[in-house]
Amino acid sequence: MGNLLLLSLGAVLVENFVFVKFLGICPFLGVSQKLNTAVGMGLAVTFTMTISSALTWLLHRFVLVPLELEYLNTVAFILLIASLVQLIEMVLQKFLPSLYASLGIYLPLITTNCAVLGVALLNVQNGYDFVESMVYGFSAGIGFLLAIVLLSLVRERLIFSRIPKPFQGFPSALIAGGLLALAFSGFQGLQLA
Amino acid sequence: MSRRQKKDWSARQLFRNGLLDQNPIFGQLLGMCSALAVSTSVINGFTMGLCVTFVLTLSNLFISLLRRFILPQIRIAAYIVIVAGFVTVVDLLLKAYFPSLAASLGLFIPLIVVNCVILARAESFASKQPVAPSLLDGVSMGLGYTVAMVVISSVRELLGSGSFCGIRILGDWFSPAMLLISPVGGFLVLGGLMAGVSWLKNKRKKKE
Repeated sequence: MGNLLLLSLGAVLVENFVFVKFLGICPFLGVSQKLNTAVGMGLAVTFTMTISSALTWLLHRFVLVPLELEYLNTVAFILLIASLVQLIEMVLQKFLPSLYASLGIYLPLITTNCAVLGVALLNVQNGYDFVESMVYGFSAGIGFLLAIVLLSLVRERLIFSRIPKPFQGFPSALIAGGLLALAFSGFQGLQLA
Repeated sequence: MSRRQKKDWSARQLFRNGLLDQNPIFGQLLGMCSALAVSTSVINGFTMGLCVTFVLTLSNLFISLLRRFILPQIRIAAYIVIVAGFVTVVDLLLKAYFPSLAASLGLFIPLIVVNCVILARAESFASKQPVAPSLLDGVSMGLGYTVAMVVISSVRELLGSGSFCGIRILGDWFSPAMLLISPVGGFLVLGGLMAGVSWLKNKRKKKE
């Protein structure tokens, strides 16, 4: 139990997926203009990551390893993630139309979020077991949620400030992201052992 | 991306698009993850650029060849499988012949699969255009990506460790700004370079 807590804290703070590992930068910069959309995207990613971590672990352990097809990891995982996202989309549309309406446009984008595939590959690389994989996937998602919410809060204020023209828009978002990353690098000193 | 759709794509126009007007990183803001993560040294950035160019060229070629057979409903999945196939080739080749490079690029080689540059070119170009322009588009966009990677990583390596391609060129008087090699530096350098690009663009617009 303590182990899982450390793993989780590590993934959220010390090795934050966005600020330290550089995974999921596209949606991090692309859909962080507003707090609402950032929260929606963050939750959708967390949800997908948790489920896909579990499923890719099962796929790796019970299909790819017995068949000695481990070199097909990337292909198999991305196919599974793409179909999972499609499935989630259809289920939400059918049973939770209100949630679908608010998350709808972000769901297809998750397929190409490298954090989702990244977490699946890292689970295999680090040799996590089933529970650890799910916890790691979930915590990585929470780390992404935290990062994108923080950036969206900064960007909502950036709109009203006077920034030199070349820095308006994307460059200022990158600089803001950099400063957040600087703050997060403070967690590097945290001894989790 | 709105772009004038011309019937005949001249090679010159395509290369201009890839390298300048529609540069994947500085113009279209695609492929940010790898641009930030792998640009800590020129060699890493350049290798990553070549890998992306290889995958992009071949995936554009094959998607264009198959464009009449891929059903529109499942096109994204089909593109991803084609791209993932070539990425696996690159991954295995690098691991076999350049193990140290493969180790330093790490996770970002398999992650080329979800690099938005490649899917964006598949969706907006290769799925609609004939084979020859698609092939050229892949090469030019890949080269544009490589050039951008080399620019970003040159700044980071030069200021962050005082060297270029691993050779120390700034003397002892220069104390490297370690910050620029760290993740923070990636964001700051890219932000600064993009501001520079937008400044140049505005200046050119005013002249016209």
